[in-house]
Amino acid sequence: MRMAYGIILSSESLQKTALHDWHSKHGGRMVDFAGWSMPVQYSSIIDEHHFCRKAVGLFDVSHMGRLHFVDGDPAIKALEKLTSRRVDSMKVGQIRYSLMTADHGGVLDDILVYRLSDVDGKPFTMLVVNASNRQKIIDWLSVRLADEIAFDDQTFSTAMIAVQGPLANRIVNKHSDLDPDSLTYYTGATAQVCGHEAIVTRTGYTGEDGCELIVDSNGATEIWENLYADAVAAGGGACGLASRDTLRLEAGMPLYGHELSETINAGQTRLNFAINLNDRSFPGSSAIAEARENDSLPVRVGIEMEGKRAARQGCSILIEGQTAGTITSGTFAPSVQRSISMGYIDPNSSEPGTSVTIDIRGKHHTGRVVDLPFYKRET
Amino acid sequence: MKPEDLLFASTHEWAHVSDGIATVGISAQAVEALTDLVYMELPAAGATVTSGEPFGEVESVKATSDLYSPVDGEIIEVNTSLPDNLDVLGTDPYGAGWILKVKLSGEDALAKLLDHDAYQKQNAEG
Repeated sequence: MRMAYGIILSSESLQKTALHDWHSKHGGRMVDFAGWSMPVQYSSIIDEHHFCRKAVGLFDVSHMGRLHFVDGDPAIKALEKLTSRRVDSMKVGQIRYSLMTADHGGVLDDILVYRLSDVDGKPFTMLVVNASNRQKIIDWLSVRLADEIAFDDQTFSTAMIAVQGPLANRIVNKHSDLDPDSLTYYTGATAQVCGHEAIVTRTGYTGEDGCELIVDSNGATEIWENLYADAVAAGGGACGLASRDTLRLEAGMPLYGHELSETINAGQTRLNFAINLNDRSFPGSSAIAEARENDSLPVRVGIEMEGKRAARQGCSILIEGQTAGTITSGTFAPSVQRSISMGYIDPNSSEPGTSVTIDIRGKHHTGRVVDLPFYKRET
Repeated sequence: MKPEDLLFASTHEWAHVSDGIATVGISAQAVEALTDLVYMELPAAGATVTSGEPFGEVESVKATSDLYSPVDGEIIEVNTSLPDNLDVLGTDPYGAGWILKVKLSGEDALAKLLDHDAYQKQNAEG
């Protein structure tokens, strides 16, 4: 067989997070992810997946881009003109998921917009963007924002740790002066974690409860090691990018480069909660409105397979022998115990229950369109 | 079987030849690298295999990989219980984890295979 993921033998040309040495010393299989040397897994992907679903998983997500706008209020007003969703109505303490779109309506990136206050109570604005899109978004913003809307790229001076799972907030609370449970979903605050200043937010990308921490790189290893010891004691542990992918897929969350790209119009994504066209104008807003009315454009759906074979990115979706769409992500899903995927399909065939055939490496396999998400945690 | 007695393809399949019959499997290193196996698709007895050509697929959570035949010949037996017991590939890759038995049509392909030392060296070099 040929290995799909090569282990990196020389990572000299790759960026390293503040936790890189920890990953290497703890069995992390380091791979090139968007120019970063990142752990794809430490041991078993399925075990790491269950750490997060059943206890707590720790993820190093420091490769995500963090753009910090010191002057929070003017920045949020300026960003309002560039985001698919209203952000100037956000109160201090809030976080919002949004898309950034190009003039033709294609998705440049999916981002989180943070409107928080620092230790002195001064409001700031921050964007967290995908690692693969960081430079593109910096360039996009630099051209479109007035000179006085300055931002720092803090990706290399800070680290970001996602603590996810039913026990996540309890574990963070042991080391923090702020109980993450006191934050409502998609809010955040500045706190002290293990004696280090940290932004604590009730956000994540796994379908589980939990929080994410943004800290100065110098404090990252100490915080990680403290959380890791508690996570292991609680039946959890460190999770790599592979389980992050199976978790987000079960939760029906899109991934840039798969469900989102510049060639997919935001109107096709069915991320309606993240697109607000009411009395708003932003790059691509009219193209998105047109795409929504166009019933020939494929739309995003979930597909469940009958067997264990995974329909993966690039597999054709067939209906009555005719190509009706393409798979964008797929895997065998450890929690739902089925092979699941997302893809784009002819809107006339997008009704849940529709039977589809997937061409997996030249062989036909049966599946059906289902509602997203595949997995929803008990609340 | 001990891995020292086997021949290995650079693509991580092993073969053990005795009396013109090759037993074929995949190496412990391959299983360890793949992790989280969920599915295996195998051919039926009677099919022919060609050295370097795919004869089946193994699927893990993260990827699907082709299995390449290390030998030329006709499949005389398939370990049909394996797809339902993929854990065996991890616990006993050179014994109960065998995949095919092949009646060799020739032995030319064997010359291209690596002995255990050479295979270990290949893996160490990546």
